[in-house]
Amino acid sequence: MKKQRYIIGYLLFLIGGVMVSSAGYASAKAETMQKPAAAIPATTANTKKAKSNSTADHSKFKELDKNFNSGPEVTKACLTCHTEAAKQVHATKHWTWEFINPATKRKLGKKNVINNFCTSTKTNETFCSACHVGYGWKDDKFDFTEEAAVDCLACHDTTKSYKKIPGLSGHPNYKKMEWPPHSGKFRPATDLKKIAQNVGQTSRDTCGGCHFYGGGGDAVKHGDLDSSLKQPGKYLDVHMDAKGLNFSCGKCHLSDSHEVSGSRYAPTSIDKKGAIMRGKAGERNPTTCVACHDNAPHKEYAKLNDHTDKIACQTCHIPEFARGPRETKMTWDWSTAGKLDEKGHPIKINSSSGAVAYDSKKGDFTYDRVVIPEYKWFNGEVKFTLFGDKVDGSDIVKINDMMGGPDDPNALIWPFKVFRGKQPYDVGNQTLAVFHTAGKDEAAFWGNFDWEKSMKAGMASTGVEYSGKMAFVETEMSWPITHMVAPKEDALTCAQCHKENGRLSKVAGIYQPGTNSTPILDMLGSIVAWLTLLGVIIHGGIRVIQSRKGA
Amino acid sequence: MERIYIFKRFERFWHWSQALLIMFMLLSGFEVHGSFTLFGFENAVAYHTISAWMIITLWIFAVFWTFTTGEWKQYIPSMEKVDAMIKYYITGIFTNAPHPFKQTRLSKHNPLQKLAYIFVLVVINPIIWFSGWAYLFYNDLAVVGLQGLPLEWIAYVHVIGAYMMLVFFIAHVYLGTAGHTPTSHIKAMITGWEETD
Repeated sequence: MKKQRYIIGYLLFLIGGVMVSSAGYASAKAETMQKPAAAIPATTANTKKAKSNSTADHSKFKELDKNFNSGPEVTKACLTCHTEAAKQVHATKHWTWEFINPATKRKLGKKNVINNFCTSTKTNETFCSACHVGYGWKDDKFDFTEEAAVDCLACHDTTKSYKKIPGLSGHPNYKKMEWPPHSGKFRPATDLKKIAQNVGQTSRDTCGGCHFYGGGGDAVKHGDLDSSLKQPGKYLDVHMDAKGLNFSCGKCHLSDSHEVSGSRYAPTSIDKKGAIMRGKAGERNPTTCVACHDNAPHKEYAKLNDHTDKIACQTCHIPEFARGPRETKMTWDWSTAGKLDEKGHPIKINSSSGAVAYDSKKGDFTYDRVVIPEYKWFNGEVKFTLFGDKVDGSDIVKINDMMGGPDDPNALIWPFKVFRGKQPYDVGNQTLAVFHTAGKDEAAFWGNFDWEKSMKAGMASTGVEYSGKMAFVETEMSWPITHMVAPKEDALTCAQCHKENGRLSKVAGIYQPGTNSTPILDMLGSIVAWLTLLGVIIHGGIRVIQSRKGA
Repeated sequence: MERIYIFKRFERFWHWSQALLIMFMLLSGFEVHGSFTLFGFENAVAYHTISAWMIITLWIFAVFWTFTTGEWKQYIPSMEKVDAMIKYYITGIFTNAPHPFKQTRLSKHNPLQKLAYIFVLVVINPIIWFSGWAYLFYNDLAVVGLQGLPLEWIAYVHVIGAYMMLVFFIAHVYLGTAGHTPTSHIKAMITGWEETD
């Protein structure tokens, strides 16, 4: 009897042991969930204009105490002190819109690539250059060596009143003008003096002025960048949380000599070297997650660190894109563009959510928000389909193809927004088309809705004569998702991948426990186990029957 | 009726702790594998890992005990009387024939038992343990020169071990009723005292 008590005691001890350790694990987890992520007091964040820490008050500078007539005049004033600034800007891709792919040596950049949104900047510069850090780029005669043509204010305005207007070749409106067109609303003339006297560091507003509106409108292009990031809550972006860490863009996109780090043409897909010690960056990209967080950032549940050799941080920590209130564009079909109403006027049709679903200028669109990304291996190399690369309309054209696979040591599984569309290609020349859209001339598609004229003008700008035959080809463009990082409690949970048909079920070359992925082994194992059980039941059954007979 | 004290206190503690842990690890392990959902994947992984360390601890004590007490000799297999045991399980057990093996303090496992346990010891356990450690420390396998070993292979081996353990478990539980009386082995495993003829 006494011994039995001992045994029961032992068993309780053992069960208790398992429960205590698992409860300990659970509470440790719960604790980390409640811990506030904001470690830096908001007051030290450097993005709030009211608390500028600058040593210079530009309103006290006599160079800026005058009424400027144009942007370039302001720039000249800036350059009287910041003597090297324009030369620095001239070296950046914000200015050149050109980027030489280090791997292939091919010319990329906005000036050269064709995407599947508005497709090409060529012949459309008067509009596109609203997002160029310069003044006056309206055709291929723009002087890229002109220092006064650098636009300082686009990035250094702090008043939120500076706006470059599409159609004005990179200039803001110097006179009162109706904006948006035909809206009946008017923008006052840009107060260059006030803006110049209040210049400061770049901010979410200045960077976002272009990058939140890529593709022709708020949230359109990237899926992880839109105007909701100007004042985001913690849920939307744990780093930019306006009441928390309040990061500016530049906190991660560290700049040196006006060159801003981080690139979509040559992204850093993997960095195995851990956090970057201040002063020791060398050639490494300071914009990555690893640059601050290291390669083994999970302290409470170390098993998660075992994922960092295959999975980009973004894959778990940005569980969806367009996580804010804005819808991002998902598809764009140019082939339906150009339909006019009975009076010959262009039309716009809104979707149920109020977004433009059809626009005569551009075709059909679809939108989505809180979108589950597509997951692909990616080693940082991007292969673009550029003008002149063979396109024959038989396959879906990958505008940018993400390189890498499971056996590539430099590849990780990344989340992507894949933007799909149909766009014109020149059948005779077998190339994606450059076509002329924006402008007041007769060939501009957005004014005259004539593909032939638009194609002729666009193709001519490349030096290739339009073959006379155009058609539409399906295209795909991949956008690595890396912004809108969720707080850790909103990151993917284990079971979102570790289950049958989980998030990564379509990614080749990985074994994921919990996905029931060994069917043959399971079948054989189960058969043997069931046969054993069956044998035992039969054996036991006979024993029971026999013993009853005996009794 | 004769009673002999056959399982000492530590042995019984070892046995039942191990029994609980193995059942729990089969449950949590097959959930990690994806066979069903019970605790939730994340918890299942945590429980499975915790119980793995518990069973490792238990085994350190068990190995120590087995060697210091000389009980390791109980596990030396032999083929003697194996045929009689098989015959007993196939026919004798149904006809109330006498059990061909007589337990003593010095020889408490019947010949088939010894074979089964040595099989667990040298085949099933190493399969599970080594693949389990490789699973747990997958990203540090370079330390032992096994970098590049696919996780898939490790998982396969571990799951094969798990099925073997499951089969052993079913047979072992049933054969627990195949003593001199249907409950004599089970009583012995609880109290330490085995009834023999």
